[in-house]
This record gives sequence, C-alpha cells and structure tokens, in this order.
Amino acid sequence: MKVWKYGDNINTDMLFPGKYTYTCSTAEEIKPHLLEDLDPSFSENVKEGDIIFAGKNFGCGSSREQPVVGLKAVGISAVVAESFARIFYRAAINQGLLLVECPDAVNAYKEGNGIILNVDNGEIVVAGKTFSFPKLPKEILAIRDAGGLLAYTRAKLKKK
Amino acid sequence: MGMTFVEKLLAKYSGNQNVVPGQIVTVHPDHLLTHDNTAAIIQKIKPELGKYGVHSTSLSIIALDHVIPASSEKTATNHKVIREFVNTHKIENFFDVGMGVCHQLVVEKGLALPGKLLLGSDSHTCSYGAVGAFSSGIDRTEAASLLLTGETWLKVPNTIKMTLKGNLQPGVFAKDVVLHIIGDISASGANYCSVEYHGDVKQFSVDDRFTIANMGIEMGAKNSVFFVDDVTTHYLDSIGISRSDYTPIDADSDASYMQELTYDLSEIVPVVACPHSVDNVKTVKDLEGLEIQQCLIGTCTNGRLSDLRIAADILDGKKVHPNVRLLVLPASKEIYEGALRHGIIETLVKAGGVILPPGCGPCLGAHQGALAPGERCLSTANRNFKGRMGCKDAEIYLASPATVAVSAIHGKVTDPREEIK
Repeated sequence: MKVWKYGDNINTDMLFPGKYTYTCSTAEEIKPHLLEDLDPSFSENVKEGDIIFAGKNFGCGSSREQPVVGLKAVGISAVVAESFARIFYRAAINQGLLLVECPDAVNAYKEGNGIILNVDNGEIVVAGKTFSFPKLPKEILAIRDAGGLLAYTRAKLKKK
Repeated sequence: MGMTFVEKLLAKYSGNQNVVPGQIVTVHPDHLLTHDNTAAIIQKIKPELGKYGVHSTSLSIIALDHVIPASSEKTATNHKVIREFVNTHKIENFFDVGMGVCHQLVVEKGLALPGKLLLGSDSHTCSYGAVGAFSSGIDRTEAASLLLTGETWLKVPNTIKMTLKGNLQPGVFAKDVVLHIIGDISASGANYCSVEYHGDVKQFSVDDRFTIANMGIEMGAKNSVFFVDDVTTHYLDSIGISRSDYTPIDADSDASYMQELTYDLSEIVPVVACPHSVDNVKTVKDLEGLEIQQCLIGTCTNGRLSDLRIAADILDGKKVHPNVRLLVLPASKEIYEGALRHGIIETLVKAGGVILPPGCGPCLGAHQGALAPGERCLSTANRNFKGRMGCKDAEIYLASPATVAVSAIHGKVTDPREEIK
C-alpha cells in the first residue's frame, strides 16, 4: 500500500483536466488522465488499496465527478485530508469513495509511516498513533451502504 | 433565536418550523440545472428513464453551452443525445446552442426567483443568490438521481455574514470586491457555508451581484445570497416577472452567524488573481507591466451587457495591442443582441476583438482559445487553475472587465483607474 501525499487546494483541474470533461466519462476513459497535470506518475503507478493524504480544501473547483469516479476505479481506499470542498465531498458519498477529514492525522504523517484505517470505529492510525474522525450521519451512511447513490435511488424507486 | 437566510429557506423546503446547522434535511428543488453534461447524466440511468420516466417535465433546465458549437463528433453526439432526451421526455426548459451560458439563462429567463431552491450539476450554480434564490452545485450522479426522484438531502450550513460598507472608487468593480474577499479569507474560507451579503449593497446592480455570487464557490461556499431590494425587484419587473410570483426570504436581525466580516469598499483597489489559485490575489499595481498574450472578456462571471459596455467604453477608438488576442463572449443571445443594438459589438470588433458565440468558450479549456506553453491570459472568468485553459504550462490571471480591456490595449497588465477617472 502506497501513500500519495499532496498539498493544499488540490483542485478538480489537477485531479482531472477540464479539457477532457466532455469526451471522457467512463472509468476506463478517465484513468489515464487522473492527476495528469499534478503528478504524471500517479496513473501509471497507482495500485488497488493505495491512500491519498492531502492538505486543506481537497477537490475544490468544478462539479465534474471524473476525479471521484477515477480515484474509486483505480482502487484508492481513502483520501485523508485536512478538509474537503463540498461538491467533491458529496460526489464521494455518491460514488462510495471513502473520505477522511482528519487534520491531525495529516499533520502527523511522515513519508514511510505505516497507516491503519478502521472505518467502522472512525479511527486512523499513523505511525502508531491513533486519531479519530467523525462518523457520517445515518442518512448518508444509508447511501454508502446501498453501494452509492444510484443503487440507493434504484432501490427506492422499486419500493414505490 | 432568529434564523439566517439559508436556515429559513431549508426549513420551508423541508417542512420544518426550525432547522439548525448540521441538520440533514430532505428537499424537493424547484429546478435542476444541467448542461452538456446531461448526456453523461442520462447515460447513467437509461433503463430507469425508460421504465419510470423523469420525475417532472418542469424540474429540468438544460442548456447547451460548454462546448458549442460542437468541436468534434463526440461532443456533437452528446448534443444530439440531449436533444433526443428533451423531445422524448418533453423537458420544458431547454436552451440549444447559441442561447447562452446556462447560469445567465436561468436568471435572465426568470427561472431563479427570490426564495426558490435550485440545484445544478455545475459548480457555478451558486450564482442565483444574485436574485435572492438559494442555489448550489452538485455532481452528475446526484443530478441523475434527482431527474428520477425530484428529491435529495442537504445539510444545513453555517452562515457567514459579510457586511460591505462605503462606496467603490471609480475604476473598481464587483469583480475586484469578490477577488479581494477571496484573497482575504482564502479559497476555503467559506467551505460548507452559506454567505450573506449585507450593508451598502444598493450600489451593486443584479449584474454585479451575479459576479459576486458566481464566485462564491471559489471561496468554498455552498451558496451566496443578496437579499431582495428595489434593485432586485426592478430587475425582475424588467424581465416580466410579476411580484406575486415570488416570496423573498430575509435573514432575521437576531440570526446567529458562524463568522461576521466587514469590508470597507472605499479601500478596495483593482486586483488580479494570479496563477494557479483564485486566492493568490495581488493588486494590479503590483503586477503592472506584466506582458500578456490573450485577453478574455465574458463567461458566466463577467459576460453581461454592463461588462461588455465597460470594455467598449475603454476600447472605443483604440486598438488591441498587436501581441494580444482579445476574445469576447457575450453570456447570452439576448446580451449579444443588446450589445449589437448599442454599437458595443462594432466598437469591440473595430478595436480588434474576436467575438465568440454565447457560451463558456475557452474558460474550461475544451476549445476556442486554448493557450500555448509559456503564454499568459488575463481573463474575466472565475478560475485560474493550472491547465484550466487547456495547457498546464500557461498562466491565467483573473480581473475585472475594465482591467482586462485596458490591459488589452497596452499588451501588459495595466491599472484601469488611469482610463476611468
């Protein structure tokens, strides 16, 4: 498991350039362009289970959801950041991508530290030190537990 | 305890007497905005659309604006798929290629009204606070779900009260005000928050308020709002909206705010947001002399008639610098027609401007005026992210239409106060 570490204000154009927004929408189309203008080594080397650590306001900017769809598709197990931009945060809930808002864990992290993530307990262990992060409200957990928003909506429509 | 604008509005839409920040509520928005991304949205729910249809034919507002006219077979096919969807499902509010930028159309056509709730799969959906509506951006998947069900959840945000005091100096505009605020509080300074503008805001037209509300997302805000006053009602009268069609929502005088900030407008000077972040704000004076190769006047931030008029007044009888390409995008067909009637287009073209069709143009880097490595663009748009205009090795600077127009003449960043006294 590799940790990819980035700074503050990682915006949607860095995560997925705007010029591809209307020509790439499937996971396979998105993957080669993920983080293209931020870290060209990412899309080639990212592996299932990797984690991203970042600073403040991760995902700020556009409402495009390719960054979230792409990060989920390449198997990023969580993005741990000091804070997230709200549209990105909602998109992550809707796609079932785990976001952990925990400034203390981000500040504690040094390159090479081991990471253990315990989602059910709302805890992340960085270099042997445990940090807790707030659990999602029940209304939102219901969307995640259904497997994302579209699965949740489909189930709701069937009941009607 | 009183309530803020967003608390009152979300209480109303969720059928509650009171709501508090942090509470999750279920709402049925009045409208859902989507644009060229409608093609990808409907693709996600093709079987469900066939089985259940859309929740309502009046919910959707669809405008083709992001890549218009189509730049390729792929984007042309997107447009075709959207037109077919509109016809099949009898979508009432559809604006085809050339009608304008989606956000401008929503306001101009009276689809965003005071006290209404709108969501849209575009981050600049927050613009409609200009006319006292609540509006906010969502992702494509949520737009797909809304098309089918007409409902979603919202978390009641905390509210920031921004009080604007005093009067702007000549040569300083709404764009300078919002860039100044973002430079002060940072690109995440209003994250998850509702932003209310109070104080001496009567000097701001609906166009000015649009510019300020539009950039709410650039400070991280969920929504931004100006309260309804004579300026709003006169604007709505002018576009044929009856006063009985809307009920304004104000904040209570004893509402509770997470943060209160005051800005003295008379102290604000022309500013520029420098690469590659909207909060990297410097004064025009600090950057004076910086050479530029492209100037852009337009987009949902500053493509209105008043913006084009400011540019035309400055460029009248002058020529754009030979090293500069000036691109002009009216934000809608109606604005384009107004600019034609008033001779504004003629002035801009004579000065050397290139008029692009009403739409998003080069703002998102997909077509029409992308940049080359090493080039600098001075733009009235809302984002200067690295790579935003199609090239990661180019630089984008954001400023008011006046600063961009004056700078286009000189080929370098220039203070508009030298022209506007």
